[in-house]
Amino acid sequence: MSGTPMRAAAAALSLALAAGAFAQESKVQLKDAPGKDKAMQCVACHSLDYIRMNSRFLDKAGWTGSVNKMINVFGAPIAKEDVEAIASYLAQNYGKPPDK
Amino acid sequence: MPRSSSTAFSALRRKLVCGAGAVTALGSLGASRALAAELGSTAALGYAELPDGTLAEHVLYALPGKLPLIKKTYRPPNFETPIEYFRTAITRNDAFFVRYHLAAIPEVKAAEWSLAVGGDSAERELKFTLSRLKKEFKPAEVTAVCQCSGNRRGLFEPHVAGVEWGVGAMGNAVWRGVRLKDVLGRAGVKADALEVVLDGADGPALPKTPDFVKSIPVEVAMDENTLIAFEMNAKPLPHWNGFPARLVVPGWTGTYWVKQLVSVKVVSKPEGNFWMSTAYRLPRGRFKTPSFKSQVKEANEPITTMVVNSLITSLRNGRQIPRGKPIDVKGIAFDGGSGIDRVEVSTDLGASWQRAQLGKDLGRFSFREFAFAAPGRERGALVVMARATARSGETQVEQLIHNPAGYHHNVIQRLYLEVV
Repeated sequence: MSGTPMRAAAAALSLALAAGAFAQESKVQLKDAPGKDKAMQCVACHSLDYIRMNSRFLDKAGWTGSVNKMINVFGAPIAKEDVEAIASYLAQNYGKPPDK
Repeated sequence: MPRSSSTAFSALRRKLVCGAGAVTALGSLGASRALAAELGSTAALGYAELPDGTLAEHVLYALPGKLPLIKKTYRPPNFETPIEYFRTAITRNDAFFVRYHLAAIPEVKAAEWSLAVGGDSAERELKFTLSRLKKEFKPAEVTAVCQCSGNRRGLFEPHVAGVEWGVGAMGNAVWRGVRLKDVLGRAGVKADALEVVLDGADGPALPKTPDFVKSIPVEVAMDENTLIAFEMNAKPLPHWNGFPARLVVPGWTGTYWVKQLVSVKVVSKPEGNFWMSTAYRLPRGRFKTPSFKSQVKEANEPITTMVVNSLITSLRNGRQIPRGKPIDVKGIAFDGGSGIDRVEVSTDLGASWQRAQLGKDLGRFSFREFAFAAPGRERGALVVMARATARSGETQVEQLIHNPAGYHHNVIQRLYLEVV
């Protein structure tokens, strides 16, 4: 559904309906490590459980690809210069272990 | 599974590896690490295991109006049906899986909802309220499986990125509504019609994110089994499954079953948005499913119908069976719409197969129950497998057909049991 007044109302309503889920979502925390602050930008569009769910099997290139997809395909307002820091954080903390 | 039986299973695995000449098969199991009864574990069901981060993220959580389901992600909401709800052919509404791409999901009121019908290949534009749709068109009903294209993605080895589904991104329901072809007929379908484009009321959190819009070939839209459904198992659709109306495309994967349907357009050109042109694609020719001809590209093509599959729901990996007691192998099977011809069960790592009894035939798009009682055994280890074959002749695969987006996993399950 594109560009209708329904959209604005939609966001508010889904918030109300999913209030319980939003409270739960706030319990999902990223690991404390350098780059976490930049990685927190992801929360604008999706809950952070997407990150741990996709671990640990992506390498740095894999995580870089994911971050770029969010920017280029989904229009995430993440500065290009933040990509490296976010991908490094994700690869370090949610990436494929070196022995695998 | 308590720690003790996990230990017992390790012993069983050693025995099998040493004694049964099944080293290769067991080597590919590689799953004993996952025998602890982690919520939603697929190793516990006799498959490759989900990524460890996926398992760590699992909790049971009840969305409003739903039973506790396996949480994959909160926002957008993605929740998987636990295996116990697949022990019947019909999946209950409050246990039915939830899958969204975009986070702005409106709570649509039935009285305020309307469906716009039009497009450049429609003779006229029409708008229907829910009561008008119900009043002006003949009711139609179909029992059909709705399965996410990515169901079992988490079982892929190597893993691929996405929602890491186990086996529960599927369900089977009796869908009731009106035929899409009747509605399109009222609008008038021109001779140049190519696709029918479907949009739901949901939308993205950011305006720049592509809205979730899908299309189906016009001949699929005109199939008598393709419905605009208002009811699921004789009740209104749950909010999370598309209230007040969703598309039902029996045989085709869930991506085409657009929820909270608000717009249907008959068009003469291929729909080109991200969700059609880039997402939901398979390497061309890797599967024998039908082609969505107007969307085929040189390297890839859209996913279309489901591949044949089955799920044993009565056993868990590592289970101990008392000596001499029959082993009840029960489950469900389904395919992309030809119907299930047979389900065969093996208790000797695939060396021989016996036909299971099939349950009531609820139609070619439905789950079909199966049951097989394997005779009691002397002490020792065994591997139970089930293999469904569709009336089309298609059967489940022994080795995964890997593809970049993680679709069409229908590898035969291998449950390792011990008779004690």
